[in-house]
Amino acid sequence: MAKQAVSFTLNGKTVDVLVEPRELLIHTLRENLNQTGAHIGCETSHCGVCTVDIDGESVKSCTLLTVQTAGSDVKSVEGMATADGLHVIQQAFVDEHGLQCGFCTPGMLMRAYRFLQENPDPNDEEIRWGMSGNLCRCTGYQNIINAVRTAAKNLQQA
Amino acid sequence: MDTVADKQKREDSLNGVGCSRKRKEDARFIQGKGNYTDDIKMPGMLFADMVRSPYAHARIISINTEKALALPGVHAVLTAADLKPLNLHWMPTLAGDVQAVLADEKVHFQYQEVALVVADDRYIAADAIDLVEVEYEELPVLVDPHKAMTAEAPILREDLVGKMEGAHSTRKHDNHIFNWQAGEKDATDRVFDAAEVTVSQDMVYHRVHPCPLETCGCVASMDKINGKLTVYLTSQAPHVVRTVVSMLSGLPESSVRIVSPDIGGGFGNKVGIYPGYVASIVASIVLGVPVKWVEDRMENISTTAFARDYHMRGELAADSNGIIKALRVNVLADHGAFDSCADPSKFPAGFMHICTGSYDIPVAHLNVDGVYTNKAPGGVSYRCSFRVTEAVYVIERTMDVLAQKLGIDKAEIRRRNFVKKEQFPYTTCLGFELDSGDYHTALEKVLDAVDYKGLRREQEEKRANGELMGIGLVTFTEVVGAGPSKSCDILGVGMFDSAEIRVHPTGSVMARMGTITQGQGHQTTYAQIIASELGITSDEIAIEEGDTDTSPYGLGTYGSRSTPVGGAATAVAARKIKAKAKKIAAHLLEVSEDDLEWEVDRFKVKGVPGQEKTMKDIAWAAYNNVPEGMEPGLEAVDYYDPPNFTFPFGAYLCVVDIDKDTGVTDIRRFYALDDCGTRINPMIIDGQIHGGLTEGYAVAMGQEMPYDEEGNLLGNTLMDYFLPTFVETPKWETDYTVTPSPHHPIGAKGVAESPHVGSIPTFTSAMVDAFAHLDVTHMDMPHNAYRVWKQIKALGLLDN
Ligand code: FES
Ligand code: FES
Repeated sequence: MAKQAVSFTLNGKTVDVLVEPRELLIHTLRENLNQTGAHIGCETSHCGVCTVDIDGESVKSCTLLTVQTAGSDVKSVEGMATADGLHVIQQAFVDEHGLQCGFCTPGMLMRAYRFLQENPDPNDEEIRWGMSGNLCRCTGYQNIINAVRTAAKNLQQA
Repeated sequence: MDTVADKQKREDSLNGVGCSRKRKEDARFIQGKGNYTDDIKMPGMLFADMVRSPYAHARIISINTEKALALPGVHAVLTAADLKPLNLHWMPTLAGDVQAVLADEKVHFQYQEVALVVADDRYIAADAIDLVEVEYEELPVLVDPHKAMTAEAPILREDLVGKMEGAHSTRKHDNHIFNWQAGEKDATDRVFDAAEVTVSQDMVYHRVHPCPLETCGCVASMDKINGKLTVYLTSQAPHVVRTVVSMLSGLPESSVRIVSPDIGGGFGNKVGIYPGYVASIVASIVLGVPVKWVEDRMENISTTAFARDYHMRGELAADSNGIIKALRVNVLADHGAFDSCADPSKFPAGFMHICTGSYDIPVAHLNVDGVYTNKAPGGVSYRCSFRVTEAVYVIERTMDVLAQKLGIDKAEIRRRNFVKKEQFPYTTCLGFELDSGDYHTALEKVLDAVDYKGLRREQEEKRANGELMGIGLVTFTEVVGAGPSKSCDILGVGMFDSAEIRVHPTGSVMARMGTITQGQGHQTTYAQIIASELGITSDEIAIEEGDTDTSPYGLGTYGSRSTPVGGAATAVAARKIKAKAKKIAAHLLEVSEDDLEWEVDRFKVKGVPGQEKTMKDIAWAAYNNVPEGMEPGLEAVDYYDPPNFTFPFGAYLCVVDIDKDTGVTDIRRFYALDDCGTRINPMIIDGQIHGGLTEGYAVAMGQEMPYDEEGNLLGNTLMDYFLPTFVETPKWETDYTVTPSPHHPIGAKGVAESPHVGSIPTFTSAMVDAFAHLDVTHMDMPHNAYRVWKQIKALGLLDN
């Protein structure tokens, strides 16, 4: 299959990749660009472990062709921490024990990152609905909810 | 100086046992730097994908691989014919059976492995599997385990025909795997015959799948120059895998390295050794390059490791006060097409004989028959210790049925039958020695916390209004920490576990264990144990697991065995170091060992203030100034063979409100009290409990693996298979009591599985309770809205 050149921004840097038109973004990120933070749990848009942020929206990268991201601004978990340290949301996940095996965590963090911009001061019910596209098998969600709530508070104080 | 305050400060700075230390492993996971199997990339690595059977039972007439091989980018297509010359087309299971690696002449379940395609990337591999042409001749299918041993049943395992001596017993039928019994049949029957009251309840513990978010997979890499095989693999038991791979391949164990990197949840799914692993290893050996194989979600749910599928009858004999006189349990176990359970060898039904529960039962009999059907193999412990979930379910359900029959409250009937605090250690009539417990205290604490009487009053009012409210109650006892090698082994290897601890000259520590974390936080909690034992801050203690080249041999992490066995090994190894450290301290302080006492992080000369040596001082001295005749260095290894299992317990209560028109259930409240003995890290314990309760909720309320009559699995994607989301997952309330294990070095019992084991019957108890006033004694899981609605309808409760 003929490959196509695609350029997009990943965590602030322009990347150029050569991909088959059928290649999914999650595979390009993981195989081609060695960004293995986003994971694969289902490839059917159910689990959310592949979640990244594209042009201001949470996107399940197992459900998007890489060619569709041409010109987009893509953010992944690898871009969350800066030279100044961890992102407030990352720190909140550690403080509230919001992760166990860590497999869902990159997707959770990227969803929380967008969700807290959509709703900077959510109550628990809103967190549950807002994060519900991301599954976790380990934590039972309770501490993730605590982490998102804590992150919201800390972001507002920041 | 205020010595008390100083001592406390030093104690706190250790971050030892009992503190909610933040997790050491989090830093990499929150930054996307975890290293899971599918993240591993090696030069020249190829991708494998599996051709699978569309039929549940069929003869393979032919396999044509030509078209697939002609596709550019395809390197090999392996079938049973290719594995046969190597004698690798079948492999031994951990349960004494054999399993086809690639189907040999016949397929026995839908999605069975038929051929392995190896290609440049996963896209080409996926294209190629469609090009492999397999011709099948369909055979009659056996789905219902109750029909497995009838005269008309099709015979599934032609390879076993005539071999009537099975691994665990004589086989009664070609589809029979084993019969296993515990207790005294005749004595039990006699009590039943004479009893004032008896109850009997049939129940199906349905087939489910552990379904961790990361599926199973491996990267196999044969280095032909050095003759070394390295396999990165999502395994909960890497050392056992090494032994099996060595036995299968003929390579010496020293030439096989198994690495379990980060694991995205296990829950029992990752204990077994699967055809995909073996076929990938063969592919790497044949092709001389690394080969990666990773299941997709459908393959995961359909083929690797289902759990449960126990068809049970629980019977109790009692007097009219509800005092239990005898227990009888019968089980028909559906093991699918191959017996690939991962139980200790002598226990084909795991620890099902913990089914006497928390109760003082004089006599009991347990009978289990395992049968083959045309379904996926497995029968693993899904977040539980070897069938303990099933055992707890049958006893707790049957207790409720007895309470109902006698009109005694379900809390009261438990109170009357509990093993009492002063009876411990208590030997059950089925042979376990319960190490410690205080069941009454746990139960009363829960009843007080939720205002049980108030709830019952409210329920009465609701019932009068025609509303459906249920209260579930369970008081479970688990058996974990397998286990004493006199009774527990896997493939002949005793179920000890190990720790190797090295103290460096500057007093930091590197420790390696035979277990492997999958989210439990071993890097954090093992360090806490060592910190408290040695007086070295846990921040300077590094924990490594999972690489068989570097860590000591251990049986791995499942059945809540890491803390009871691995944690014990860690404490004992640390104590060996401390014993040597004491000798060095005595030498440095020029006193006798008897003159020394330990305080937090140092040895002090009794009664002589200021005369002391810290562990750091001693570590330094261990490398340059040891007593004459002592070898330098400060390290120890311990292989801990536990004297007994540990028996965590708990009391759980759940309140449900059921919508009469839709059958939708609202979990209003779930209160979980756990006693896991000494608590190493309360934050991690709470997290484990939340997770276990959520998995229990999933099993009880929605997960199922239905098969149609042709053996088609109806529901193997996340669209159909229920994984609770944020929205439906209840809010959990947790509580605890502490009853240390008397035989464990630090008194810890293990916790991760109790919430799963305990919560499932609690949900059923609550659901049935909502209908108990209408003489319903049992409802089978899953309690999804449709099934509950059917129950409502059958009772004539629908308004129109
Ligand atoms: S892998 Fe993308 S949603 Fe599951
Ligand atoms: S932490 Fe394991 S799946 Fe969420």
